[in-house]
Parts: sequence; C-alpha cells; structure tokens
Amino acid sequence: MSANTPSRLEKVLANGHFAVTTECGPPRGSDLGVITQKAEYVKNHVDAINVTDNQTSVTRLCSLSCCIHLKQLGLEPILQMVTRDRNRIALQSDILGAAAFDIHNILCLSGDHQSFGDHAQGQNVHDLDSMQLIQTARHMRDEGAFLGGDAIQRPPQMFVGAAANPFADPFEIRVPRLAKKVKAGAEFIQTQCIYNLDKFEEWMKGIRDRGLHEEVAILAGLTPFKSAGMARFMKNKVPGMDVPDHVVKRMADQPKEKQPEEGLKICTESMQRLKEIEGVSGFHIMAIEWEQKVPELVEGAGLHPRPEI
Amino acid sequence: MIVARQKPLREIYQTVLGYDRVLVTGCNTCVAVCHAGGSKEAEVLASLLRILTIQEGRNMELAHTGTSRQCEGGEEFRSLLEAADWADALVSTACGAGVQYVAERRPDKPVYPGADTVILGGVTERPGLWTEKCQGCGECVLARTGGICPVSRCAKCLLNGPCGGSSQGKCEISPELDCAWQLIIDRLKALGRMDLFEEPAPLKDWAAGRAGGPGRVIKQEDSCETRTHE
Repeated sequence: MSANTPSRLEKVLANGHFAVTTECGPPRGSDLGVITQKAEYVKNHVDAINVTDNQTSVTRLCSLSCCIHLKQLGLEPILQMVTRDRNRIALQSDILGAAAFDIHNILCLSGDHQSFGDHAQGQNVHDLDSMQLIQTARHMRDEGAFLGGDAIQRPPQMFVGAAANPFADPFEIRVPRLAKKVKAGAEFIQTQCIYNLDKFEEWMKGIRDRGLHEEVAILAGLTPFKSAGMARFMKNKVPGMDVPDHVVKRMADQPKEKQPEEGLKICTESMQRLKEIEGVSGFHIMAIEWEQKVPELVEGAGLHPRPEI
Repeated sequence: MIVARQKPLREIYQTVLGYDRVLVTGCNTCVAVCHAGGSKEAEVLASLLRILTIQEGRNMELAHTGTSRQCEGGEEFRSLLEAADWADALVSTACGAGVQYVAERRPDKPVYPGADTVILGGVTERPGLWTEKCQGCGECVLARTGGICPVSRCAKCLLNGPCGGSSQGKCEISPELDCAWQLIIDRLKALGRMDLFEEPAPLKDWAAGRAGGPGRVIKQEDSCETRTHE
C-alpha cells in the first residue's frame, strides 16, 4: 500500500506500522475546552483522533468544528460524517469545509436512527447511504469533481474510511458487505467493539479468503468496560453488539472497585491477541468518556511510542 | 393500497365545533378496506359526534354519506357533492387525496380530514395489521432487491444495507419490525441472485419522486411519462 493523500494515518499504515486511532465525542455545548482536554490525554499515544457526528442521534457540537480545533492543536483528526442529517449538497459542502482546513481523513457512516436520540420526531435524510458517501468522498478526491459533474477548485485529499460490524446479523453477508465497501472505495475500516474474539477471527478468515486485507486496512475496534453494569448494558441494550457471557462474568466476578482495572486488562489482552491475527492493521480505541486510559491501553499492547512520520 | 387511521374523535369534534350541519363522507376503496374511513366508519363517526354534541348540549346536526372513490369523479361522486349543499361543513374520512379532491370541487364548503393517511401497504403478516410496502419514490428499486423495498421498509432507507444494527432478523429501532435487508438477503439467496447484493447500488434520483416537487404523471400514447415539473 502506498500513500495517496497527506494523511498521517495513511502514511503510518503504508509504512507497515500498526496504526492506533481513538475517538472523542463532542460536548453538548459550545465549549471546545472539552475537546482540548480529551486531546491532551491521548495526543502522544495515537496517530489520529475520530470525532463522532451526533452519535446515538443526540445533538452535540458538530464534528467538523471539533476536527478543525484538533487540527489547529497540531493533531490528526478523522472527520466522522453520517448520512442521516445531510443531503448530498450538505455532505459535499462539509467535506470541502474539512478540506479547507487540511483535514485528511473521513469516516463514512449512515448513523444511528434518530429514534435513539433526543429529537426522535425529526426527519432523517439518507439521501445517500454510507456506501455512497464513500463513493462520494473518493469521487471528489480522485476525479476532482462534485457528484453533479462540475470541477472542484482544490479538491479534498482525504483518506477514506468506513465502519464494519462483524457481529451484526446476518453474519454470512458481513464479509461480502465489507467487500462492497472496498469496491465503493473504502481505504480503511474501523470495526465495531470486539468482545467475541472467536467470532472476529472467523470474520477475519473470511476477509483473508477474499484477499480484502490486502486492499483495505482493518483497524480492530475496542472499548474497555468500566464496570460489570456497562458490560451487561452493552450486551443487552446496544444493537449489533456481541458480548459473550464469560466476559460479563469476568467483570462481575470482581468487586466493584476492581472492575475498571479488570475492564482495562480485558481490553489489553484482546489487543495482544488481535495483533497476532493476519490482516489486522491497527486499533481503534473507543474509550467512552474514559479517554485518559487510552495511553495505558496503548502501552499495554506494546504500541508505544507511535512512529514518527 | 393507501392505509389510513381515523383521527381521535375529540380532534375531529374540535374541528367542526361551531357548525350547524356537518356531513361526514366516507370513501369505500382503500380506507374502507383498512376500516378507517368507509361509509360504515363515516356512519359510526357521525353517530359518535352526535352523541358528543348531545352530551355537551350543543345544536349540531350530523349526516353521513359515502362514495366508492373520493379521488375520482362519476355519478356517485356527483351525488356526494350535491349532498354537501345541505351541510355547512364536511368531514371526509378519505385519504389526503380524497379530502382535497372533495375540497377542490366544493370550494364553498370547509372540508376537514377525519383520518390520518399513513402508508402505502397491505396486510401480509396477520389480519388487522397493515404494513408499509412503498413510498412512491418515483424510481422503483425492487428489481435489485429481490422484490422487497428498502426505501419504505428499512428505517434508514439504506440502498446498501443491512446496517450494523440488524439483529436476529429484526430492525434496531424495534423488535416488532423485520430488518428489510435480512428479508432481501433471504430472498436473493432463494432466487440465487446474491450477485445483486455485491454490487453497490447507484445514487438514487430522488427528483423522480417527492424531492422533484409535487409530482405530475402524464399518460402518453404508448407509455406513462414520469413526473414533469413546470
């Protein structure tokens, strides 16, 4: 793989290193200090930082402004964009908005349904879906043109990513669907949180059987549990999440004060095992409102220091 | 068919308060099949409104009538329009198209909706349950999706689903809802057409439907012309 864009993340991967990304969720207000603080925790331990786009359909500070802020702090943002809230005019406009500030990574998503959020009576857009947003970002970059055909002055130079959930149903199409995203133009993939490593390995085997790991960088997604309650919530309440009973039990067997430590330990062990799987190119650590623990996890997995690019 | 449900009685009552003679008009096609607004429902609605007016000591006369299709002309429809002479307000229990059709032909009478038009669909799972099957998007994708519509039946309208929230055949927004993409995959497999799944769906021309402005369909000599916009 050789780098096509100025993206630091792309270069890390092209140079054959494991990549490490993390995410930070914007605040429910206009205080960018929250982003500054989260960035401080992780800046020396990751290659790039995703900023979520109104995740779970709860209205927040927009991803784009937080990405610009991270860029101005000298960090490498990954702009998450969902197709739920914007049509093709707004999506392309916001991609240019990011490009204007030399934001070089985008993660294309459809977004959680609005019924999960704080404006359940709102209309969703879905003019495009995530697959088509990938195509759009690639088209704007590679053709230097809008979907409508007109040329773009100074086109975006973005490394284009997508999400994959190996654990959603039906399992049999999870590899074909990834193949479809690669066909659409995805260059990196960040997966859903992995707790069922056996199933993930089965999915990765399917990926390798089709040679997809040669075409796309797969970053394994991880979220450390803070408590047994969180493990149970993820297991029972979050759609498309696969948390095996033995993992919940391992958390629940610890006294409450020891559970955070156990959650981090499970996460580090998972990363160590995932590093050995052929085709895993890196990690995406989603430490939800626990960003200060990212360095410990990265160090625990033997991924520190991060390569100089 | 067009599926509607009757508006709450109190809501209808509030809209007609103050009139002396109210004619409730049913439509005996789609909304009769879903028991929301046929002549029978119009008659029951008129009776319930009458009971309310008596209970509240008001003077309002109520009558009811019906026609086979409020969205079409014809002899039967003309007699409905004539019956409106008597009334100083109408409640139409037809779909939104029917309500407007009556209002256009009786510009001198206020016409109030007695039903909420909800979906284009039918009964497939069990009696008494109507489910959505079409959104009239103007550019049918069923040829690519095994005859199951993702525009109307996927909560996110995904043309390249399923999303990561599909679980045991159900949609992430409700365990009552089938995941349309699970159904599509099952059917494509049964038809031996999973090759259709692997091809990314092209960007949709939403302008063929509502996004292109109010639709107009013109019948040509040898074909049905799609919407035109003037």
